[in-house]
Amino acid sequence: MSSRREFLRQGGAVAGAIALSGPLRAAGASVPEVAQRTGAMDAAIRDLLMESLNAATMAGAGWADARIGRYLQNFVFTREQQIINVVDTDSIGIGVRALVNGTWGFAASRDLTKNGVAAAAREAVAIAKANAVAKDRSVQLAPAPSVGEVSWKSAFEVDPWTIPVEEKADLLLKANAEGMKAANVKYVFSGLFLRKMERNYANTDGSVIAQTIVQSAVQQQFTAVSPDFSDFQNRGNTLPPVARGWEWVLQQDIVNKSRQWGEEASEKLKARPVEVGRYNLVLHPSHLWLTIHESIAHPTELDRAMGYEANYAGTSFVAPPDQYLGKFRYGPEFMNIQGDRSQPGALGTVGYDDEGVAPDEFLIIRNGLVNDYQTTREQAMWLDWWYKQQSRPMRSHGCSYADSWSSVQFQRMPNVSLLPGDNDRTWDDMIAATDSGIAIIGDGSFSIDQQRYNAQFGGQLFYEIKGGKVVGMLKDVAYQMRTPDFWNSMDMIGGRRGYEVWGSFFDGKGQPGQVNAVSHGSVPARFRNVNVINTGRKA
Amino acid sequence: MRRSDITEVLSEPWLSEPWLSGPNRLLDEQGKPAASSAIISREEAQALVQRVVAMSKADGIDVQVGGGYTTNVRFADNQMSTAGAVTDFSVAVQSWFGKKHAVVQTNEISDAALRSAIDKSERLAKLVPDDPEAMPMLGQQQHRSVDAFFPSVAGMTADDRARIALTALEPARGAADLRAAGFLINGANATALGNNKGLFAYHRSTNTNFTLTVRTTDGTGSGWAGAEHNDASKVDFADVSRRAIEKARLSRNPVAVEPGRYTVIFEPQAVGDICQLIGFYADARATDEGRSPFVKQGGGTKIGEKIMDERLSIYADPFDPQILAQPFDGDGLPLGRQVFIENGVLKTLYYSRFWAQKKGVQPTGGPTSFLMNGGTASIDEMIRSTERGILVTRLWYLREVDPRTILYTGLTRDGTFLIENGKVSKAVKNFRFNDSPLFMLNNLEMAGRPVRLAGTEAGGAVVVPPLKVRDFNFTSLSDAV
Repeated sequence: MSSRREFLRQGGAVAGAIALSGPLRAAGASVPEVAQRTGAMDAAIRDLLMESLNAATMAGAGWADARIGRYLQNFVFTREQQIINVVDTDSIGIGVRALVNGTWGFAASRDLTKNGVAAAAREAVAIAKANAVAKDRSVQLAPAPSVGEVSWKSAFEVDPWTIPVEEKADLLLKANAEGMKAANVKYVFSGLFLRKMERNYANTDGSVIAQTIVQSAVQQQFTAVSPDFSDFQNRGNTLPPVARGWEWVLQQDIVNKSRQWGEEASEKLKARPVEVGRYNLVLHPSHLWLTIHESIAHPTELDRAMGYEANYAGTSFVAPPDQYLGKFRYGPEFMNIQGDRSQPGALGTVGYDDEGVAPDEFLIIRNGLVNDYQTTREQAMWLDWWYKQQSRPMRSHGCSYADSWSSVQFQRMPNVSLLPGDNDRTWDDMIAATDSGIAIIGDGSFSIDQQRYNAQFGGQLFYEIKGGKVVGMLKDVAYQMRTPDFWNSMDMIGGRRGYEVWGSFFDGKGQPGQVNAVSHGSVPARFRNVNVINTGRKA
Repeated sequence: MRRSDITEVLSEPWLSEPWLSGPNRLLDEQGKPAASSAIISREEAQALVQRVVAMSKADGIDVQVGGGYTTNVRFADNQMSTAGAVTDFSVAVQSWFGKKHAVVQTNEISDAALRSAIDKSERLAKLVPDDPEAMPMLGQQQHRSVDAFFPSVAGMTADDRARIALTALEPARGAADLRAAGFLINGANATALGNNKGLFAYHRSTNTNFTLTVRTTDGTGSGWAGAEHNDASKVDFADVSRRAIEKARLSRNPVAVEPGRYTVIFEPQAVGDICQLIGFYADARATDEGRSPFVKQGGGTKIGEKIMDERLSIYADPFDPQILAQPFDGDGLPLGRQVFIENGVLKTLYYSRFWAQKKGVQPTGGPTSFLMNGGTASIDEMIRSTERGILVTRLWYLREVDPRTILYTGLTRDGTFLIENGKVSKAVKNFRFNDSPLFMLNNLEMAGRPVRLAGTEAGGAVVVPPLKVRDFNFTSLSDAV
């Protein structure tokens, strides 16, 4: 019993720092010691993890892992010059996964007493045993040697939980005021989404892992309404969410930039409707990340390819793997897509995944050909033949993730990025090199089928290119594409100078649904003869 | 038809890719189960709310508690994959000082933890600026209760759940040409809210939801079926398997048909997927502000105008026997039957307490259900009366393209068929559409009997009929099966 209280006492101090940190705090100001507690795992938590693993083993589990996680979230929502709400959430509990004779069971509970965690472990084993009646094949896990007792912290400098709420509100309200100065901008929404996760993990291989991860996002939307109420236009998705702290929020200079974003919303009211047809598209990283996410990253999840998500998220056209690995041309020779969980500040970056694996960097697309899939320990076994053929070690790429202590871990997307070309090209260079086409900035509407063939993407800002120059703004633009045709139409990519990392806080997958935060690095790229539709209608 | 300020903010399209209720879930743990062995009773919930209220030092306090026990079984590729059970319970408090307020939520209910959550919400509330739209707290309300809690779900064991999975796995494994992937989820939950002004509301419910996708091993056919109810005895699990298997085999070897405008028969699931979206735009305030599809030319709202076929009405009713939804909204306002569209005429939009006061009308309350009336036509009759058209099982990946018209794009999935001369003639490739439920409901030909859906992309309790409409806009083909 005392262990839970002990944990809460310590955790409570972290959470309490929000109000104890006093007056306005500048970026880089010293952080209270308690917020930097990222060393070895708390002994009380370690004891509970061991208690649950022991109970699972005693009940008959051949292999088990346990996660005790504390998930803190802080939201500040504003519109125009007022606060909509301030919300702070705190959730803590244990999730235990047991493998019994090749069948999984999982149980989760908020009861962090010795009895509570043991009961959860026994329930996980009981569920696994009940499912034996429906078993066909046995689950096997790729080996992952114990990493010992380790800890890891994400790339934040200033813990957002040390920043007083009035400073957060003040920043947003100032940004809103700047945005409202633009002509016809009548409404501005700004929100801060902040997350902090204290994730503690142990498995029966002997790994004991403590990780602290902070993620931050600023979401804004500027709405311009035409004076005669005949039209309204939005400008949003202005900044990427990141795995960084308050220092990053301040570096974005959102107050000054909001004026420009508001003016862009206003300019959209006067933009020319696009004519339907085929266009060359020059796509900015702030837009292309989502196309990469939907049309490359999702179809190369191995569980999807093997039918494990058929009832919800769908399957994949990149299947079966033996017909695609090393054979299928996804795009041109200069196209390389990397999976990793190592880029500092990216949302998929971790020290260890949720089944005790230290992730590696791997090429999903290599010189335009399918080279690998995203895997967990269970899934890596399915590609044993390919890794042997390639003389590569058979190992999980470390893509196991659960969005809460109460969710079972499964394969989730790491950072999946389009690597820069071997050149110096920037966004401006690519526009200058384009005789006619449309340049798209920012992500907008998006939809793709359950095998990831047919997709439609909008955007935030659309510019007409003529003779290597931007000649005006367009509106009602969306492009429709078939994935392999689209990527094979890519004829130019930018170099390292144009590389940017964007992403989403809310990628959904699984049943019950789980949310994953993902990042995608990209350079600007050009695509030939893409089908563009006009989405404007009259109500 | 309404979302709270928070969920409204969270479901803005720029929040990208909440296929499910991802973002909502971050704030609202009620969908997640919880409690330990027992679901909190009305009396226990009332005592807990009073305990929290008594600890408050603020001018006012709102308390929301909830949790339960959720279990699931998942299978795919004819294998069991994961299965689990989750218990959780959370307490959210909103402290008020004048017009300042802040919410803190925790899943620990010891006195010390509650004390800490309340203190924190009080500290936060004192720090934030005044909310000019703050409304006085609600006092005691008259809530009629809905009996939505059934032992058939609450008492289901891990063995029972495995046997339900077998209703799909056994026929699929027994056939050489089928692969089954499915999901059963059961929930038993209770939620309650109250404040220091005498407000108290309580609701407990169970729910079982079974969905199944059967694909053919040649990779050319896929069929989906699902069922949901608060009472497991009202769900025919084996029938779900039969329907999905039949659809999978019928949908094999689809042929390409030119995209364009077609007469389309939407099965109820497909109707729910697209028509439920109307509710997310039916906000009076956004309309008065000039940014909704219900803005009248030149300003004002379209209330009183005919906006769809006169045979259709859209309403909310937590007491409907097919729905059994929570009979109060997040503010604690009692919910009854509320008609939004009657015989094609827009009767009202969603009015929050603040906006209703500003406009001098009654707040509508935030609906917890979505119902559309229908007619008497069977799907077979719709097919027989169709010379050339498309039959759609369900829709997928619906995303806003233009908020001015509720223009959405998305795709058909898991059973799309060509109808020729009054008969289903062949399976066809899936289509992408770009169309609006408002346009679609103006092009109505026939309507059938409303049924409860097994969840839509947007989630929630939905009862809608099958519909036959003309001139639905398919804009491209997909090779996806």
